[in-house]
Amino acid sequence: MINNKIRYALVKGDKTYGQITDELLLNVEQKPPLWWFAGMTIGTILLAIGGWAFYMSLSQGLGTWGLTNSVAWGWDIINFVWWIGIGHAGTAFTIFFLVFRQKWAGSINRSAEAMTVFAVMCAGLFPLIHMGRPWLAFFILPYPNTRLLWLNFNSPLFWDVLAISTYLITSIMLWYMGMVPDLATIAQRTKNKVGKFLYGMFSLGWNGSLYTYSRYETLMKILGGLAAPLVISVHTIVALDFAVSVLPGWHATILPPYFFVGAIFSGFAMVLTLMILFRKAFNLYDYITEKHLDNIAHVLKFGSLIIGLAYVTELFTAWYSGVDYEIYTFFRARATGSFSVAFWIMFVFNAVIPQLFWFNKARKNLIILFLISIVINIGMWFERYIILVSSLAEDFLPSSWTHYSPTMVDIGIYLGTFGLFTCGMLMFVRYIPIVAVNEVKPIARAEKLRKQKAQDHEH
Amino acid sequence: MEKKYWKSLNELQITEQQQADLHAEDGQDRSMVEILADEANNKSSSRRDFLKWCGISFVSATVLSACENPVKKAIPYLNQPETLVPGKASYYASTYLNGNEYCPVLVKSRDGRPIKIEGNTLSGITKGGTSARVQASVLSLYDTGARYKTALKNGEETEWAEVDTNIVEKLKEISDRGGRIALVTPTLLSPSSKALIEEFKSTFAGVEVIAWDAIPYHGLRKAHENLFGNAIIPDYRFDKAELIVGFGCDFLATWLSPVEFAGHYAERRRLSQEKPEMSRHIQFESMLSLTGASADERVPVKPTEELKILLALHDQVAALAGQAGIGAASVDYDVESLARQLMENQGKALVVSGSSQAEVQMLAAAINQMCGAYGTTIETTTPLMIGMAGDNAFDNLLNDMNQGNVDAVMFYHTNPVYHHAATEKVISGIEKTTLSISFASTKDETAKVCQYILPDHHYLESWGDAEFKSGHYSLLQPLIQPLFKTRQFQDTLLAWMGKDSDFHAYLKNRWQNNLMPLQSEFNEAEIFWIKSLQAGVLEIQPNRGQAMNFNPAALSEIAGKINNRIASAAELEFVIYPSLSLADGHDANNPWLQELPDPITSVCWDNFAAVSPATATSLGLAEGDLIRINEKTRVPVLIQPGVAAGCMSIALGYGRTHAGISADERGGNAFLLNTNRLFSGEVSNWEKVGGKHEFARTQTHFSMEGRAIVRESTLDKYQQDPAAGNELHKYHEKHKTTLYPAQEFEGHHWALMVDLNACTGCSTCVIACQSENNIPVIGKDQVRRRRIMHWMRIDRYYTGEAENPGVVFQPLMCQHCDHAPCENVCPVAATTHSQEGINQITYNRCVGTKYCINNCPYKVRRFNWYEFATKEEFNTHTTTDLGRMVLNPDVTVRERGVVEKCSFCVQRIQEAKLTAKNERRLLNDGEVKPACAQACPSNALVFGDLNDPESKVSKLIKDPRNYHLLEELHTLPSVGYLTKIRNPRT
Repeated sequence: MINNKIRYALVKGDKTYGQITDELLLNVEQKPPLWWFAGMTIGTILLAIGGWAFYMSLSQGLGTWGLTNSVAWGWDIINFVWWIGIGHAGTAFTIFFLVFRQKWAGSINRSAEAMTVFAVMCAGLFPLIHMGRPWLAFFILPYPNTRLLWLNFNSPLFWDVLAISTYLITSIMLWYMGMVPDLATIAQRTKNKVGKFLYGMFSLGWNGSLYTYSRYETLMKILGGLAAPLVISVHTIVALDFAVSVLPGWHATILPPYFFVGAIFSGFAMVLTLMILFRKAFNLYDYITEKHLDNIAHVLKFGSLIIGLAYVTELFTAWYSGVDYEIYTFFRARATGSFSVAFWIMFVFNAVIPQLFWFNKARKNLIILFLISIVINIGMWFERYIILVSSLAEDFLPSSWTHYSPTMVDIGIYLGTFGLFTCGMLMFVRYIPIVAVNEVKPIARAEKLRKQKAQDHEH
Repeated sequence: MEKKYWKSLNELQITEQQQADLHAEDGQDRSMVEILADEANNKSSSRRDFLKWCGISFVSATVLSACENPVKKAIPYLNQPETLVPGKASYYASTYLNGNEYCPVLVKSRDGRPIKIEGNTLSGITKGGTSARVQASVLSLYDTGARYKTALKNGEETEWAEVDTNIVEKLKEISDRGGRIALVTPTLLSPSSKALIEEFKSTFAGVEVIAWDAIPYHGLRKAHENLFGNAIIPDYRFDKAELIVGFGCDFLATWLSPVEFAGHYAERRRLSQEKPEMSRHIQFESMLSLTGASADERVPVKPTEELKILLALHDQVAALAGQAGIGAASVDYDVESLARQLMENQGKALVVSGSSQAEVQMLAAAINQMCGAYGTTIETTTPLMIGMAGDNAFDNLLNDMNQGNVDAVMFYHTNPVYHHAATEKVISGIEKTTLSISFASTKDETAKVCQYILPDHHYLESWGDAEFKSGHYSLLQPLIQPLFKTRQFQDTLLAWMGKDSDFHAYLKNRWQNNLMPLQSEFNEAEIFWIKSLQAGVLEIQPNRGQAMNFNPAALSEIAGKINNRIASAAELEFVIYPSLSLADGHDANNPWLQELPDPITSVCWDNFAAVSPATATSLGLAEGDLIRINEKTRVPVLIQPGVAAGCMSIALGYGRTHAGISADERGGNAFLLNTNRLFSGEVSNWEKVGGKHEFARTQTHFSMEGRAIVRESTLDKYQQDPAAGNELHKYHEKHKTTLYPAQEFEGHHWALMVDLNACTGCSTCVIACQSENNIPVIGKDQVRRRRIMHWMRIDRYYTGEAENPGVVFQPLMCQHCDHAPCENVCPVAATTHSQEGINQITYNRCVGTKYCINNCPYKVRRFNWYEFATKEEFNTHTTTDLGRMVLNPDVTVRERGVVEKCSFCVQRIQEAKLTAKNERRLLNDGEVKPACAQACPSNALVFGDLNDPESKVSKLIKDPRNYHLLEELHTLPSVGYLTKIRNPRT
């Protein structure tokens, strides 16, 4: 079944179940280390900055942002798409590796999903706050009303509302359901009465019986099945916001697949960043091995190739279309004009630098891995910047061309989402096992069996 | 005294002291604060106090919670005026009068308050056209910040009655001892005021009237006097001219009668299958003016060079006409062929010069005479009544004042402290008089240094009349009771003369006695008066022929002056000009005008020294550098293609110091440079004063990037193929295809046609739209952030070389696309298509996702980034109750976070439809006019119903010149553009 010669160890060391439980619950059961408090402080400061920026936007109006009559979406939507992209990877991790039976993802799932949940929450803030009248945000929901008002089903923004809210709910369900057995374990072990009550409550009466396990497995499969199309739909629909429009650089059918791959790409980069940090912080070297990181690097390399292909395809179609506006947007505004710096940052960071992962040495070097994961996320931010701003700032009529630059409030909101994400992730690592204990145990067991078999074979 | 009732003996025996306490308890004298203080000091407080406290808490809680919904004050009439229907607008004829500017108008009044100015179509001069300044004048009425509220003496408020006694006493005293009383006015267009002032002069001996114009046209008058023995400003007829040659003359924007000229000029240049002919216009100028932008051939030259060319042209024409020349040097321009063409166009040519110097105007007049313009393209039967004032009288007065020879000085509608180059001299002169009075209605610099400020009414509160052209009379009538304790200047004079009657009676009397006999239509005095008021204008056929005896000998005397002027040529010269939006700066405190982007530079809220790119490089100037010119005027530098090399052009009207919050300290005062009163001269000295200025511009990219946005062709090509330059339209019409069934519009299908050949870029439509649709002013900083709220804008593009570019204008408003990209992206369906083809926004439903703004290829949608309408940091005129009176009640004031844009003035369409319905008839073509089309002086905008095959738009849309903007996107706009055709020399 498993060929030892090819397969590598997914969980290192010869560990007993007890050992695994002890090691993986360490982050919940130990007192939080100093860096955790430092992180929380920074996160809270960022949140406070975000709170100020939110307050300014709500109390004064969107004039506090850098938007203009021509560039009516700026940092708000760039950051929205960026966070949505990051929020893509967690669920994708679970789902696709489930489908492809890639067991190695087992030890990364949990934190990737946590990342998804917080990233989508960050993303979700933007469509809300970018409205001129956010207090009327409920207008955008299909609710029956006496005024017989209904929504415009032609608008991709409405599809967005449905796609993102469905995705968020499903992601939370998947994440939460996945951790139920672990919560039960914690509840059993903890001495703290409050903790026991809360963990017990959230473990939904998990008793570890085969019957429970069977139901649990079924539920996870159903949720996985539900989430799989959503992973694809959410970012393609975000892409449709652009593709459905008439603007040069937006009006392109390549955008949905391009956005989808971009999202996976940036999400995996963020997973890589977080995994490198987590395994160091919680001594998870045995569970998140170099091989895991190596695998992610391979995925990134592949993603980078597709992204590069998409960039080149866009340029080609612009040229091949012969449409002046498209040619201007891609070859003048983006590649050589006012946006060329951002364009080449995007191109090099996303399509060129990750190609270093062809080299074994680069994949094995933690520092390079970490740096490239950050570079990709910066590159992906610039990709969204290029798509959004260059098409809006220099569109059809040169008379309305403008420059765009963010204000302190724009930056504040972005920093605030970092605060939300940081605090969210830190709370997560404080109260919930980073690696899914219940998923790792069978993997470790399989590992053990395999080793035994191999030893038997030798004898 | 009342009978006293008592319940018990106790009560009956109450002591007096107790009785006093009881009264005190009634709370007559005790405030809440006292009661609370008693509480705090542990003094006993009664049950009644407690209840009062409760009551007050309750009331204040109620009031505070009611703050959410502002209390709307709408007070019904006690006695409903018979003629006034609430919610229905009335229109009254009046006349806009401001110095040299004149425009007969109809004022729209809603519920007793004037809210909108429209052109009076009965006027034979303006024919219903207006200018941006006329449109904006209604806002100045409600200018609470800058208008004087009552009579002031040395800055203190005072009573009119007291003022009258004091001043009459003083005037009597001065005239009794033979002192001098000077009344400084601009050239007065009002015959009745002139008559009244004459009477005033006879009442008080020693009164002399000194006329002085900030923008003088006296040179033109003087030139005709010298050359023809007849001191007139003749009537220029651009509609009759085949060949127009302009010398620094911005006749489409500010010169003489721009509204009339724009109409005439456009008429001659409007093309159709029936009339495939248009005039040719050659412009020599130093600045890039609106007029130069419209010209077929534009030659940028320095002011002295311009004069040199004019002189050379004169000599060439004279040579061809067999007359003596003056002695011109050779010039860089082929004047010979131009002279020949002028002579070939006998009776069809017109040469105009914008100079204020009589000698220069004589050259132009002589050329006109030689090419037969007088009697054809220049009419002398209806001369203009402006420009009566020369500079000498005022200069003498200034000297006399400074020598202490003048006892009293009065300023009516003049502001020499700002308009005169020698500001200090004017101020010291005023200070040396014993009595100085200003009749300014709004704050100005001269009033500030006068002892008395006796504020005049705004023109919408005044009675009056005007005669702009000989025989063309019009009336002013008040639209509203005076908002403040102001008094009309003429009424003040009448009061001082001890007359009982007011100016209304005086005016009526004068019209009935003096003007009625001149016409034959009405015989009864009262009817004549009422009908005249109703029409607003009275035009009497001119019956006096003007003797024009050409005296070429006069020309020989000017050679010296002309050559002196040419010899004064300097390395760097300047030209100063009245700006399109502010003119001489009288209305500088009008935020609509301040925020109107200059159509050439797209700059608002500032003036600047415009220099050409090459000159900027050679001088080492960069855009935004602050410089001080001739040690007087401090302005930022703007690099402007098309300005003559070695020349700076600076707009007048800016740099006010005491005019109100919108005007003060905006740009620099270029009048200070005008020491020679020639509006041009040498930049003898300039220095960078440090600092960079960031302009508030509405457009920053000026190239069309080779896109077919404004389609242009030439007349000869047009004559061969009317679709010349518009080949793409045919291509797109042929290739357009859709999967969806064509939209059908039952009833009406509204459309707007823009004739780019008729549009001069004057921006009147922008202000008309702003006034009609309650568009907020947002202030300089927000304009810099590219958030101007105008629903209508004038796009301007350059073509050709940077030193002398071709300039094209394109008015742009919502295109009302039948396949509107904005409509299908709105998630809440707040923007939809009406059954009449109008793209409409439901403000209540809009949540402000701004997706529509992004997806609009024309970028005509506007977002309310802030609560622009009510926040003082953005505007100062709609933040007060009085200021808000200017708002059009038919149009919602949009709140923060809502998207807005042009609605084709749907409120007007609706009103016209209802009127037609009530009258049980169909709508007539031309009955509905959006504000922009109504205001346009050159009729470049035509609105109508495409479903009516006979309508003007239906015909125009079939014109081969018609195209739609970005038609390749298949948005199917309801706005069409007719190609721009120029007529250059081949």
